[in-house]
Amino acid sequence: MAMTLNDDQNMLRDSARDFMVSEAPVAHFRKYRDMECKDGFAHGLWKQFGEMGFTGILIPEDQGGLGLGHIEAGIVLEEIGRNLSPSPFLSTSVAAVEALKLADKAMRDRWFPGIISGETVIGLALDEGPKHRPEKTACVAERSGNGFKLSGHKQFVVQGASSDMLIVIARTAGSAGEQDGLTVFAVETDADGLSTEAARLVDSSMGAHVKFDGVEVTADAVIGDVDGGWSVLSKMLNAGRVGAAAEMVGVGTGAMDITFDYLKTRKQFDRVIGEFQALQHRAAHLYGEMEGARSIVLKAQSMLDEGHDKAELYVSAAKAKAGIACNLSVREGVQMHGGIGMTDEYDIGLYMKRDRALAEFMGDVNYHADRVATMNGY
Amino acid sequence: MSEHDAYRTEIRNWIETNCPAEMRTPQRGDEDVCWGGRNFVFQSDAQKLWLDRCAQDGLTVPDWSKEYGGAGLSAAETKIFRQEMARAKARSPLNSFGIWMLGPALLKFGSEEQKRHYLPQIACGEIRWCQGYSEPGSGSDLVSMQTYGEDKGDHWVVNGQKIWTSYADKADWIFCLVRTDKTNKYQGISFLLFDMTTPGVSTKPIKLISGNSPFCETFFDDVVVPKHQIVGELNRGWDVAKYLLGHEREMISGMGGDGGVTSIGAAMKAVLADEPVLRAQMALFDVDNLTFRAHGERFMDEWKTGRAHPAYSNLMKYVGTELNKRRHELVMATGGSSALEWDSEASAGGSKARNWLRTKANSIEGGTSEVMLNVVSKRILEMPGA
Repeated sequence: MAMTLNDDQNMLRDSARDFMVSEAPVAHFRKYRDMECKDGFAHGLWKQFGEMGFTGILIPEDQGGLGLGHIEAGIVLEEIGRNLSPSPFLSTSVAAVEALKLADKAMRDRWFPGIISGETVIGLALDEGPKHRPEKTACVAERSGNGFKLSGHKQFVVQGASSDMLIVIARTAGSAGEQDGLTVFAVETDADGLSTEAARLVDSSMGAHVKFDGVEVTADAVIGDVDGGWSVLSKMLNAGRVGAAAEMVGVGTGAMDITFDYLKTRKQFDRVIGEFQALQHRAAHLYGEMEGARSIVLKAQSMLDEGHDKAELYVSAAKAKAGIACNLSVREGVQMHGGIGMTDEYDIGLYMKRDRALAEFMGDVNYHADRVATMNGY
Repeated sequence: MSEHDAYRTEIRNWIETNCPAEMRTPQRGDEDVCWGGRNFVFQSDAQKLWLDRCAQDGLTVPDWSKEYGGAGLSAAETKIFRQEMARAKARSPLNSFGIWMLGPALLKFGSEEQKRHYLPQIACGEIRWCQGYSEPGSGSDLVSMQTYGEDKGDHWVVNGQKIWTSYADKADWIFCLVRTDKTNKYQGISFLLFDMTTPGVSTKPIKLISGNSPFCETFFDDVVVPKHQIVGELNRGWDVAKYLLGHEREMISGMGGDGGVTSIGAAMKAVLADEPVLRAQMALFDVDNLTFRAHGERFMDEWKTGRAHPAYSNLMKYVGTELNKRRHELVMATGGSSALEWDSEASAGGSKARNWLRTKANSIEGGTSEVMLNVVSKRILEMPGA
């Protein structure tokens, strides 16, 4: 595959860009943040996502979606990142949809229509500690009658308190640290024994702590095979990770553009500060880092779409590189803005906060660099 | 798509049939590289056979047209050809500044007569070329060069000195920047071609920190160059040079060891197992290495479709050379004291140490990293100021 966007993809990018700029620019984010929105996003906007067709981008056409791939999902995510548009898109339409594609027809029929229309929100109950370590899952699902009983605690469940359903990773066999013995469940949030406690995060998005206190689910709630959830999880993680990386390319590029504009207008010592070579070299280096990130993300997306056997290596490299580049962009952004970069009035700091949250989502730079080393054989 | 599949099958079979087994083993060092030229001594019959077979079918320069010694492949076919060569682990049949640099310049600026004369000689490895650009007083500020060609009617008489002339002592011909107008800095330079055996040309190898001497000082003492050996217009050689530097940057940016995505960490697994910090550095290097390969692929695809910024190769040169230096720092760190050996058999004549030192020139030659960053910031990012 050529490493350039085709005509259809360019059209999608233009429409996603126009949509985010007009319907969900940074001002939209500020508005909901300042009203201390309990959900961290606007349900009306989510419905508009549905009207645009974005919500079903990864859902097969015969199930009502657009039947497109990770490159297309990434195009939407990049524009989300660039505009800091708050939405459940990454969790619901990218990660959860990839897991649900492996579910039986009844479950797909139960959830896909609501996702497509922009009414349903799905949370991902993955992490149990401060760092992403899915194989260390300790949350237990014991067999109980025809189904299972879930007990445990999850955190960093994005939009967890606003979700209709949670994709839950729980252990049905083995012990923490093993990939085998995990099972993926679809658990409706009104189930008895399930409680959520919302937690506002640094970027004003809403995470949640979720407690499972003997939550009973039927065997129908299982996605994929009992004890063999790792393959479902992998598919969901690949989608979520490369999706988060694409969003970070948007966040990093957005921050970079704002910063470069500032370098071209801010005057000190009677000169525009962009004339100073010390800043020019750092700007050029940053541009190279962002261009590299954009490239490896596109490579990983196309390999996932092709079903390439090395896709997972590239997904981890992409999440790591996007993390490195986006983080550099927001740090350089605040520094190059000087004092004004520390103010809430300027947008650059909002990009820094968003970068921090996305960095932790589904594994940070260190986690993914470590995976690259392991997959490369050392 | 099926047309490309057919070509892939065809070229795969061609390589299987024509590439000698010996030419499918890894190159041990520069001595295994085929540079061609009048005085080249082939290391083996297989090396000569491989060059001849490729040249016969135009595959030393696959994307040049057939009349100039190429195979006339499209961009897509050329990409497939390179993928299949890599897949078969086939060595490059011919390394050549003629292919990488002069050829592209002739294709763009040369007369039809020059193309028909020089390009086939380059394609079959008959003539080995070197490049005369830098001078002792003109490095990054190349345009300040002083080597002067005095107009004598039907020829110039050239006097001056070049430096960092790669393999000048082994080359047959030189493409050389010569000042032909002392009153105009940029539009007073011409791009001349001449034979290194012309009376008055002499070379002196420069010994580098690696102990090797890939570069020379080259001296011109009343060297006669006929007027028809100019490429492009009189005094417009800087245009040719700039175009060619773009190609050189592209070429250097493609460096990085094996030219592929293979990690150097796997072979060093035992060392890295005891060195968590070094392993982490290696992991971050691998992330950047995979990134750079994807970046290069994307750049080439955009370049071919005319979508890349004309100054983008400067960025690739900067990123690629800095990455290659980092790679060799890691090779030395994982190699430990064994990698320090300078001439032992076990160290293959100090290859790790010498290669490591060689890479320090990557970010200097063909435009320093600092100059690349200047160009990226001004031309791509459009930062203000001189």
